[in-house]
Amino acid sequence: MSIAELQAYGYVAAMVVLVFVTYGYAYHLYTKKKDANGKDYEDYSNMALRDDLTDTPVSARSEHKEK
Amino acid sequence: MENRPLEYDYTVAKLFMFMTIVLGVVGMLIGVILAFELAFPGLNTMLGSGVAEYTSFGRLRPLHTDSIIFGFVLSGIFTSWYYIGQRVLKVSMSESKFLMFIGKLHFGLYAVGVVAIVASLLLGYTTSKEYAEFEWPIDIVVVLIWVLFGISIFGLIGIRREKSLYISIWYFIANFLGVAMLYVFNNMEIPTYFASGGHGDILHSVSMYAGTNDAMVQWWYGHNAVAFVLTVPIIAIMYYFLPKESGQAIYSYKLSLLSFWGLMFVYLWAGGHHLIYSTVPDWVQSMGSVFSVVLILPSWGSAINMLLTMKGEWQQVAASPLIKFMILASTFYMFSTLEGPIQAIKSVNAIAHFTDWIVGHVHDGALGWVGFVVIAAIYHMAPRVFKREIYSKSLMSTQFWIQTLGIVLYFTSMWIAGITQGMMWRAHDEFGNLAYSFIDTVTVLHPYYAIRGVGGLLYLVGFLMFAYNIYKTMSARPVEEYELQNASPMGA
Repeated sequence: MSIAELQAYGYVAAMVVLVFVTYGYAYHLYTKKKDANGKDYEDYSNMALRDDLTDTPVSARSEHKEK
Repeated sequence: MENRPLEYDYTVAKLFMFMTIVLGVVGMLIGVILAFELAFPGLNTMLGSGVAEYTSFGRLRPLHTDSIIFGFVLSGIFTSWYYIGQRVLKVSMSESKFLMFIGKLHFGLYAVGVVAIVASLLLGYTTSKEYAEFEWPIDIVVVLIWVLFGISIFGLIGIRREKSLYISIWYFIANFLGVAMLYVFNNMEIPTYFASGGHGDILHSVSMYAGTNDAMVQWWYGHNAVAFVLTVPIIAIMYYFLPKESGQAIYSYKLSLLSFWGLMFVYLWAGGHHLIYSTVPDWVQSMGSVFSVVLILPSWGSAINMLLTMKGEWQQVAASPLIKFMILASTFYMFSTLEGPIQAIKSVNAIAHFTDWIVGHVHDGALGWVGFVVIAAIYHMAPRVFKREIYSKSLMSTQFWIQTLGIVLYFTSMWIAGITQGMMWRAHDEFGNLAYSFIDTVTVLHPYYAIRGVGGLLYLVGFLMFAYNIYKTMSARPVEEYELQNASPMGA
């Protein structure tokens, strides 16, 4: 097999993998909130809107880490 | 002292804000001088032929590009980081003496770097690599500045209260990692003084890459400087300030994440479009071309997300000059990320390459997108870091329209000039002889060069109004903290 052929197979394989990864990621983002412990990714927008030091964090770090 | 409630500490943000404005004025002023030098070449010796070396186009050009990209824009990015970083991570810099020290050292070393760069470029020291002109000792300083920026980012992340990282933080991290990789690899160089055993100038160096390889590394770097300095952190800034100023959540947080990964993957492969029809392998050219076109998807994903954030709130665009800046910036982002891929198509590139159309494209992005976002960010931050109302809303509005007119004059003149140039260079008679000599194009383009100069001058005038507005804001009446929640309080 020549280097050009290898490149072509590699290219096709990379495209397939990347398409699956991208769509898989999009699927994950949209279905995550339906899980039992799910998270609605849109909530993370509030990190900018409620960003005073006195505001409650959208998802606080655990107590022992917070000191 | 112990009873004072904890507050965000904007000391470093303020320092970088002054730097942004000063370097913005310097960079844009040099740009306007260069534009008029091209239209009226006599200006190259405006201070007399004795000092022509320092006023000529060739000497000043890198000073313009570098002071805008690595001065004005980078300072604006640092300002925004030292403001946004604390807020979305919900941790104050005053909580860590170490991070405060690093922040101040970051600014101090950056100021040293600025002085060294301005002096060395003005004296004619250059590696001759576009946007990477700095000689090796300065490169070392740049690396140290960048390491301090990294410590600041990851240090603040390390002591955060908010567990998740807001999308802007993702983009700031990408900005840090991307530039670190690009800068180090493209600036691999050998100081000739040491390599030759003490011959020649101590500042001189040669690239570790030669010929076509050097070109490929250079444009991998050059195009990704656009990606990781002029796009990625600017999106970070926009994703914070647009929701804050409008009081609207990002239209789709999920889309912002998808666009992020799309941009990260695709951008790194597009640099080959700078070398179409050159000596680099054909597949590199094709890859650059194809990835540039694919780049429309993540770019428009971000831009549409920004515009749709205003859904149902479009009256704010009419009411607030600050929102106007941000919405026009998003529109220019869409515009230049469509124009770029079009220029990267091989057949279009055959006409566009080396012409003023490219210069026009760069300035759509630099003036319309990057410049407006940095200006809007500072307009949002100034009332909050100085606890003052913006001095004049009408001055801000006038600035917006003057600068917008400037941009329109800039890109329309460069479109016409560029396409005219491209067509004239290619034109030939029935025997294949070129129809025009180079000077024919220069004569034809003169009016457009003059219009471009006027466009640039208008943008500079607007920027001076901005500098004045911020200066007056610092001495305006103090406002109460609660007034500073979302939209910026503005004077008449």
